[in-house]
Amino acid sequence: MLRYLIPLAIFLTLAVFLAIGLTRDPHELKSVLINKPAPEFRLPQLKAADKTISNEDMRGKVWLLNVWASWCVACREEHPYLIKYAQSGVVPIYGLNYKDRREDALATLDELGDPYTASAVDFDGRVGIDFGVYGAPETYVIDQGGTIRFKYVGPMMPDVWKEKILPVVQELNRQGTSK
Amino acid sequence: MTRLRLVPILLICLLAPFAKAQVQEEEVPSDDPVIEQRLQNLSRELRCLQCQNQTLADSPAGLAADLRREIRVQMKAGKSDKEVVAFLTQRYGDFILYKPRVTFTTYLLWFGPFVLLLGGLYLLFTYIKQRRDSIPEKPLSADERRRAEELLASLPGKETP
Repeated sequence: MLRYLIPLAIFLTLAVFLAIGLTRDPHELKSVLINKPAPEFRLPQLKAADKTISNEDMRGKVWLLNVWASWCVACREEHPYLIKYAQSGVVPIYGLNYKDRREDALATLDELGDPYTASAVDFDGRVGIDFGVYGAPETYVIDQGGTIRFKYVGPMMPDVWKEKILPVVQELNRQGTSK
Repeated sequence: MTRLRLVPILLICLLAPFAKAQVQEEEVPSDDPVIEQRLQNLSRELRCLQCQNQTLADSPAGLAADLRREIRVQMKAGKSDKEVVAFLTQRYGDFILYKPRVTFTTYLLWFGPFVLLLGGLYLLFTYIKQRRDSIPEKPLSADERRRAEELLASLPGKETP
């Protein structure tokens, strides 16, 4: 009896582990920057090239940093939702225009609308490296003190917004006001 | 009919140059051969995060080119290989290393195979021992002994004991 049960047990264990493995997305990497200060940057703004934007400008409030580009197809997918999220006024969304031509980026915003309070231009992707960006779109939730609290890779569709982003933002806002 | 079907394909080909593309500066190798060599060696141990089954050395992805450029800049600034690796893991995590570090979470990965090997050897030896013990010692009968001696004697070129 045992000589049949042991191989069966081994098979079942293996099957369970492999089944768990199938449900995981190998492209989703855990960011090492969670609960670390957001990398410092000072970049030209997309719509006002003579002005710069730095994470110092957002200190004291919870904000989202959304990495996007005109060439990024998945970014177009989330774009109409970004506009809705921005209109809801829950949290300001700042853009990091990643490795993009200015004219392409501006044309995209003209065409689809502009959900961003402001977009920073990361032309050569150097600030992207500091943030550990490996594929647009990516969205970071940054708290009042400038610490990264959450990162989402991929288009931020309504279910992600509702179940992952909003709870983090609301919790941070609550903590911020009670202090 | 087939010619008509080609029309949309041709149109797409004509439009392709107008498609928006990622800005990618051309990769300029360093003028210092020592740095290029160090980059070659180091980038073979680093993972490209865009196409995860390629090393940073082989990958044509934009991010890989950016990271190679960054590594060149840092090496030129006098950073050691160790410092460059630290810079990358602080941003992208240990996943960027093709050879996982020996940490508590990777013990199973590093030592698991040896544990399995030892376990297998133990099972093998106990099995052999069990089998040997289960075969009973049985002395030959007088008749069998005589036949065995006859057989041995019939072997060519052998002296009987």
